[in-house]
Amino acid sequence: MSISEDIATLSIRSIRDGLLNKKFSATEIAEAALLHAVKHNEATNSFLAFSPERAVTNAEKVDSAIAKGEYVGQLAGVPVAVKDVLATKGVRTTCGSKILEHYIPPYDATAVWRLEAEGALLVGKTNCDEFAMGSSNENSAYGPVRNPRALDRVPGGSSGGSAAAVAQGSVVASLGSDTGGSIRQPASFCGVTGVTPTYGRVSRYGLVAYASSLDHVGPFARNVEDAATVLRVIAGRDDQDSTSAFTPVDDYATMMRHSLRGLKLGLPKEYFEGLQSDTGDVIHAAVRQLESLGCEVQEVSLPHTRYALSCYYIIATAEASSNLARFDGVRYSARAEADNLSDMYRNTRGAGFGVEVKRRIMLGTYVLSAGYYDAYYRKAQQVRALISRDFTEALEKVDALVTPVSPFPAFKIGEKTSDPLAMYLSDVYTLTGDLAGVPCMSVPCGQSPEGLPVGLQIFTKHFDESTMFRLAYQYELFTTQ
Amino acid sequence: MILSDEEVRYVADLANLRLSEEEVRHMARDLGQILTHIEQLNELDTRNVTAMSQVLFDEDETATLREDVPHVTLSNAEALANAPASGAGYYKVPKVIER
Repeated sequence: MSISEDIATLSIRSIRDGLLNKKFSATEIAEAALLHAVKHNEATNSFLAFSPERAVTNAEKVDSAIAKGEYVGQLAGVPVAVKDVLATKGVRTTCGSKILEHYIPPYDATAVWRLEAEGALLVGKTNCDEFAMGSSNENSAYGPVRNPRALDRVPGGSSGGSAAAVAQGSVVASLGSDTGGSIRQPASFCGVTGVTPTYGRVSRYGLVAYASSLDHVGPFARNVEDAATVLRVIAGRDDQDSTSAFTPVDDYATMMRHSLRGLKLGLPKEYFEGLQSDTGDVIHAAVRQLESLGCEVQEVSLPHTRYALSCYYIIATAEASSNLARFDGVRYSARAEADNLSDMYRNTRGAGFGVEVKRRIMLGTYVLSAGYYDAYYRKAQQVRALISRDFTEALEKVDALVTPVSPFPAFKIGEKTSDPLAMYLSDVYTLTGDLAGVPCMSVPCGQSPEGLPVGLQIFTKHFDESTMFRLAYQYELFTTQ
Repeated sequence: MILSDEEVRYVADLANLRLSEEEVRHMARDLGQILTHIEQLNELDTRNVTAMSQVLFDEDETATLREDVPHVTLSNAEALANAPASGAGYYKVPKVIER
């Protein structure tokens, strides 16, 4: 079989084997992945830019290293895509916004160069909700992404393009960012694996900031093992991000091979109330399969779950209103002319930002404005402490929590755009993980009756990605055999 | 909770955002709806709860400090490359102070 036929099914392991056994070259993979991505982009709009020069240059380096018998990187020849909120030197980075339409970063995000340093081939930049604000990818200034599994439906958001690029088969893995669910929710909608690591596990250097205390960088992949391999490459302390942790990065791929026998799982009851029954049925079936693999399941409670949405929309928008102040027409490409400085700021921002970004900047500015700080921002930070404590207490009783990722599967394009609050509610099960900063992921666990993918969400203790991967890997192994 | 158009314009001013009259009306409705939802936080007694501003990990107080040694950073030309207007090594903006 030729590489162009294989491109949609390769894994990191099979690429490595193929390269070392001279079945194909990294250059052939780069060309096949680029062709595949360009072709499928017509239907899905998952890419905003392609980077053939970077992909081919790195592929040639990999091929040369193999020919000379030098070190072959952990991601040698692996085609990847990166969400357009991560800076890529010399490759346009728009954040899905008109205000950055012509922005070319002068440096690479840490997570991006770490991928390429291990031999990954950067195929392109993926579409996303503007500045990562959205749950459906309909807030992109460059048009919505269509879900490769059902083209009339959204891929989820905000990292919709990164999920779709993996689901459509163009890349083996991709990077997204998650502030309230923006990796896990699109992973579940598109039927791929998506990981939000512990806060501080992956450097945020070069990630255009939305809400700094909540922003996470993490991988999407076709399977759990590949997601774990990519996370291991991008994780670890980075002096460019003072919030990145020194904690050593575990060898996930080895640790996840341990059996699940005796592992204690908690089902937080608050995540099963108000769940659409078809999604609920799939999740309950997955839990029964985990039981059959030796897990001990018990009900637990995370009593402050229902306050997460309010808490999140205060903290995230407050931080966003501050972070996005830098887009003022002075440094980053777009400017609307005016006679004086303050009109220049206002006109540039008024013309450059989309509706949802304006809404969140407004909400964030309001909650931080004089007289409201204690009532909103401080209150939300206190509630955040309670939500975080819920996780700490529950995870003292059990090793992991399993829940649905979203109350419903992928919805139709246009279905929720007129009601911001209804759209926000699609993140109701994922926001808590970002607020607490615990590792969490979505692993595919079946389909709804109409054939749409459903994701199972797993939470573990801070820096215990190994248990999370172990659970996901053993489940995947069992269900795909 | 209802926000007046006046309040919306005041906040837009703080945020340096030019909004059209239509945007002001929509914003008043949407923000009002969201702020009403957010009021549920008042159900919780948080008098003795320490605010959480960041996810913290255990480390020495000075662990995140690095050695104070010079290193190569962006050149002036690279830093200015994306500026819509620049000159003589600076960003150019509309005149701020009248002579």
